[in-house]
Amino acid sequence: MTKKIEAIIREDALDAVKDGLHDIGIVGMNIFEIRGHGRQGGVDMSWRGTTYKMDLLPKIQLNIILSDNNVDKAVETIVKAARTGKEGDGIIFIYPVEDVVRIRTGERGHDALMYPGDIDERKKKK
Amino acid sequence: MRKKGLRWLVTPVIAMILMFTVNGIVAAQTSGPTTDDLATSTNIMWTLITGFLVFFMQGGFALVETGFTRSKNVAHTMMMNMMVFCIGALGYWLVGFAFQFGGVNFTFPAIGKIAALSFAPSTLGDMTGHLDKWLIRFGQTGILGGDGFLLTRGVRDISGILAFFLFQMVFMDTAATIPTGAMAERLKFTGFVLMGFWVSMVVYPLVGGWVWGGGWLANLGRTAGLGNGAVDFAGSGVVHMIGGAVALAGAVVIGPRIGRFNPDGTANAMPGHNIPMGVLGTIILFFGWFGFNPGSSLAFVGPGRNLAANAAVNTLLAGGAGGVAAMLFMWWFGPTKKPDPGLSVNGILAGLVAITSPCAFVNSTGAVAIGLVAGVIVCLAVFLLERWHIDDPVGAVPVHFFNGIWGLISVGIFADGAASSAGWNGVDGPVTGLLFGGGTQILAQLAEVASIFVVVGGLSFLFFKLLNAVKLLRSEPAHELTGLDVPEMGVQGYSTVDVHMHGSALPRQSPRIGSMGSR
Repeated sequence: MTKKIEAIIREDALDAVKDGLHDIGIVGMNIFEIRGHGRQGGVDMSWRGTTYKMDLLPKIQLNIILSDNNVDKAVETIVKAARTGKEGDGIIFIYPVEDVVRIRTGERGHDALMYPGDIDERKKKK
Repeated sequence: MRKKGLRWLVTPVIAMILMFTVNGIVAAQTSGPTTDDLATSTNIMWTLITGFLVFFMQGGFALVETGFTRSKNVAHTMMMNMMVFCIGALGYWLVGFAFQFGGVNFTFPAIGKIAALSFAPSTLGDMTGHLDKWLIRFGQTGILGGDGFLLTRGVRDISGILAFFLFQMVFMDTAATIPTGAMAERLKFTGFVLMGFWVSMVVYPLVGGWVWGGGWLANLGRTAGLGNGAVDFAGSGVVHMIGGAVALAGAVVIGPRIGRFNPDGTANAMPGHNIPMGVLGTIILFFGWFGFNPGSSLAFVGPGRNLAANAAVNTLLAGGAGGVAAMLFMWWFGPTKKPDPGLSVNGILAGLVAITSPCAFVNSTGAVAIGLVAGVIVCLAVFLLERWHIDDPVGAVPVHFFNGIWGLISVGIFADGAASSAGWNGVDGPVTGLLFGGGTQILAQLAEVASIFVVVGGLSFLFFKLLNAVKLLRSEPAHELTGLDVPEMGVQGYSTVDVHMHGSALPRQSPRIGSMGSR
């Protein structure tokens, strides 16, 4: 089973999360600049003495596709790297993925996700 | 053929020495400029160069207004600030200068005789036979000047008048660009063009002439015994209060931007899109003000030198004090308890506006005091306008109108009676305010305040009402919401198609006119 992780994190957490994922052998990812807000509904800003609610807060979204058995490790790494304990740390969604196709070679499924030195190969080596 | 050593230099060097000495001998035998010529040249050069600095303030205004408004309107806002100079230049050349200064040489020679070459425009040379007609005049009381239309009547060879025209034109333009800030983001460009002509051809020259062209306000000292008459060194009243009055009238008539005020009376912030532009613009304005205030001596010889130097230092101090006062006011007393960049910027400008009238007539303590008060006034005025539901995106009215008034009044309070202002407006004594024993100057100042408020404010209110009635003032609501750039200018200020049109992976799309602006 292949899964997709959508992780919405702070902009300044991106470097730590990327490094953490690379360290455990997850390299491929898509990164989006997004705006939004969670339960807090935004933050208060001010302009010339008048306050207003800023509810389109900039965040970073990472999309990672990976095998089922690696999801827990990846989530644990992301949370550890991105958590500050303050509101606005972010949220992670996990979806099932129907199929994966590598365009260059035509490989499908698990083969399309594999590459030398990745998380599954490291597990095998141990 | 190359020779060894430097012997080959001997002949050319001897030739050059001979050339210079012979030239020197010949020159010494022809007559050079007189001291008066040199004084006049110095004064004209001073006027021209400071005038160039004032022109550069256009860039400052453009940056402040654009930085404090939203990105969907940048092309429109920038275009207004740029074209107001061009329109104003033509309007002022056509009739404005003549209306304002056509009679200055009728009134002032009588009073300029107190000291030769001491008061403009005689500091700029002999102008006999020019600028000596009033269209409307009651005795010595001038109302509307009448000479110098299209700068004809032999002015081409009179450098003093040419410099004077340039200097006064850039001052007029400073006043004309103030209303564009108060009416930004919803002013139709046609209405703006007509406003540019209105200011440069009618309302500024009319009232400006009353103070600077030898008109009735300047003569209040001679005719009514009120101090030295209305005293306005560089134009807190003539430039800033006039511009601010037009701005206030325009903002009232044009109405607030859509979404600015809620039905229940609360206000919504509409943040500007680029604070760096606003700050840089303020610094450019400050720099230009070193031409605006000191240059208004129109002289650097005789009393002009001290007037100019004093003005320069006071400008520096008042601007600094205004910035500090506004910053601290917002930090300590403002709703957010933070040093707000937007209002600190307004505070600097407020201090500069307020010192513009008194700059040559006060000492440095007075300048600091004036600036500190100005910084507080501008913050209070911002909140006041919001309470009155008048929408002024960049703070043009708090800065220019309210502090223009404060600048005029502060002459009547802080002017210290220094010798360099003796004879101003034809009154023997120096300009003296309440704190230094001058009891009547303040009345002349209040006369100028009242005249500008009633005449400029009133006439401009009617003018804008007229524009509104023929639908030339306010832009369409749909255009206002999506941004004025494309509907009014036909271009986006910040292009979203540049990459697409010059080759990129994404397919071509039409310009994105649905923009939420900056949030």
